[in-house]
Amino acid sequence: MTVKHTGLTALTSVLVLASGAAGAQQLSILIDNNPDTIAITEALTAAYSAKNPGVSFDIETRPGGGEGENVVKTRLATGEMGDMFSYNAGALLQALRPARTLEPINDIPNFGAIFDSYISTVSDPDGNVYGVPHKAAMGGGILYHVPTYERLGLEIPLTWEAFMENNAVIAADGQVAPIAQTYRNPWTSQLFILADYYNVQMQEPDFADRYTANEAKYATTPAAMRGFELLQQAYEAGYFNADFGAATYNDGLRMVALGEAAHYPMLTFAIAAIQQNHPDEQDDVGFFAQPGDSADANGLTVWMPNGYFISKDSAHIDIAKDFVNFIATPEACDVITESVGAGGPYLIEGCTLPDDVPTAVAGMLPYFEQAGRTAPALEFLSPIKGPALEQLTVEVGSGIRDAQSAAALYDGDVAKQARQLGLPNW
Amino acid sequence: MKRKSHYPYWFMLPAISVFFVLFIVPTLASLYFSLTIWDPFEARFSGFENYVQFFSEPFLVRGVVNTVGFAIVTCVLKTILGLLLAVLLTSGVWGQGLLRSIVFFPVLVSTIGVGLLFQEMMHPTQGAINVALSWIGINGPGWLTNPSLALFSVALVDVWRGVGLATLIYIAGLATISPDYYEAARIDGATRLQQFWRVTVPLVWPATTTVVMLSLISGLRLFDLVWAMTRGGPGFSSDVLASVIYKQYQSGFWGLSTAGNVILFIMIAVIIAPLTYWFNKREVES
Repeated sequence: MTVKHTGLTALTSVLVLASGAAGAQQLSILIDNNPDTIAITEALTAAYSAKNPGVSFDIETRPGGGEGENVVKTRLATGEMGDMFSYNAGALLQALRPARTLEPINDIPNFGAIFDSYISTVSDPDGNVYGVPHKAAMGGGILYHVPTYERLGLEIPLTWEAFMENNAVIAADGQVAPIAQTYRNPWTSQLFILADYYNVQMQEPDFADRYTANEAKYATTPAAMRGFELLQQAYEAGYFNADFGAATYNDGLRMVALGEAAHYPMLTFAIAAIQQNHPDEQDDVGFFAQPGDSADANGLTVWMPNGYFISKDSAHIDIAKDFVNFIATPEACDVITESVGAGGPYLIEGCTLPDDVPTAVAGMLPYFEQAGRTAPALEFLSPIKGPALEQLTVEVGSGIRDAQSAAALYDGDVAKQARQLGLPNW
Repeated sequence: MKRKSHYPYWFMLPAISVFFVLFIVPTLASLYFSLTIWDPFEARFSGFENYVQFFSEPFLVRGVVNTVGFAIVTCVLKTILGLLLAVLLTSGVWGQGLLRSIVFFPVLVSTIGVGLLFQEMMHPTQGAINVALSWIGINGPGWLTNPSLALFSVALVDVWRGVGLATLIYIAGLATISPDYYEAARIDGATRLQQFWRVTVPLVWPATTTVVMLSLISGLRLFDLVWAMTRGGPGFSSDVLASVIYKQYQSGFWGLSTAGNVILFIMIAVIIAPLTYWFNKREVES
């Protein structure tokens, strides 16, 4: 009893001392448990606290994926979010009812430094903007093993046809699998469809709007169907690694880094993971956009990074706004580069990248430097993304189902989500 | 003539209030929420839309067939193997105590742990099972990646995990059979096989009822093992009703997944209620 009492007294006095420091404030921040997000958030909060000694942060992690989305939604709905959290831009953000649960940040001093391309994915229809990106922009495309390309004298393909010819050469060589697929983590199976969106937009510029308005469908729009067909073609050609059904995302990274497979369709956030898992081979991995049918219209499908958002129920809205204002500076970009390396171009005015970026990042930069060679992925242009896509792409990629029927089923899945979201016209 | 209870009715109050708060209220609430489009922020009344949507789910039929098939296969295997193991383990075989513990041991291990372990062992190229098969020249199949095999592999693991409980119940059932019956059968010249069919099987019937009911219900509502081993995949090939429902919840369609749970509840009730009636009747007759 006495011991307990003493402990409590000691704790109380520590708390009193802590709060005694001039205007000390602690902000809570909920982030996903991805190692990069943790490293970045720790570095950014430390940098901010160094400039503002009175402010400290309580960082809490949550799972990624659907489970984590439910955590965020539940906390916002019950008013237990605390001050800030990290979350996706685009379709997933809209499901949080931002106008009702989040604090707009239009009035922060550095608001003008955030790129318009990002702003459009974190705002509501009334023009309120809610988030600041804390990572670099990502590309969806194909990671490839550079030494294999050099050994076989291959060139970066600008059309799907050229890509399949490269695969034929690699298959004939017989030493490595042409394409790595990793269906034990089903989300990795969607890349051929999602990363094809630049090519869809080139042929059907208004697809996203008509798709959201229930006017355009995957199964009846040849340009959109194409992604499903490409996946089917790659499977039927027998280009996948032998254990594609049981391999994991980490296996895929290993295969493309060590040259067990020549290609791995993936988002460029994988580059950071390759640097961590295979530091000696990081420069063996290159990157190119998923090629379409025309070499003249070759470009990259871009994913917008996660941002920090402020809960409407926060008790420290002014400090939180000052923190996200700091995130929208070149100084913060440098802190990010220092903590996890350069992963791609930043979406903040004035941010620069170091000269020695990893090979794969260097491969994605040219697309950003020329006008018209990037397009956002569909999930940043439309609030709907059917949840069953990853199972359908596993089926197409495993030869269980053909492209046409998968696209038709996906249209049904999308309709279900749109009705659950209560969108007009559905 | 009215029999008066020994105790005042308010003695039931604690039990009834617990039952009301923890069982009746959630059941009624789920009936209501299954009629709404429900997410963390609001619940809009939508009539039977969720039920219509759930029944038009393209993979629901597959899920129902898989669920019923899985329940029947695992129930039959657990019952037969459980009885045979129990007969073996009560026959005074050498090391009986140790063997009983070994058979029962998988019941104690966490289902998720079992699922993850077997997922590794069933890896098509590096898994322990296929590596062992390759030593004797057999090219093992993709246990969990072949769509027509995946659910069957999960069923085998479920039998391995659950047969210990069935055995235990049967051992208890066998212990209640008086040795006199066997002695009488032997005097009449019955063979061991005849003793098994004519004495053991009928007299162990109450245990059979329990084993069938328990394994059928656990098969129908199976979720954790499927989720740990295949997540319903590859694609939708090993989806059961519970994993279809969970995926709706995960996508944020709470009303829809609640409707799925109501359907699962009705399905289990429709299957189990007549079965219980039939078993009880036979028990009384025998």
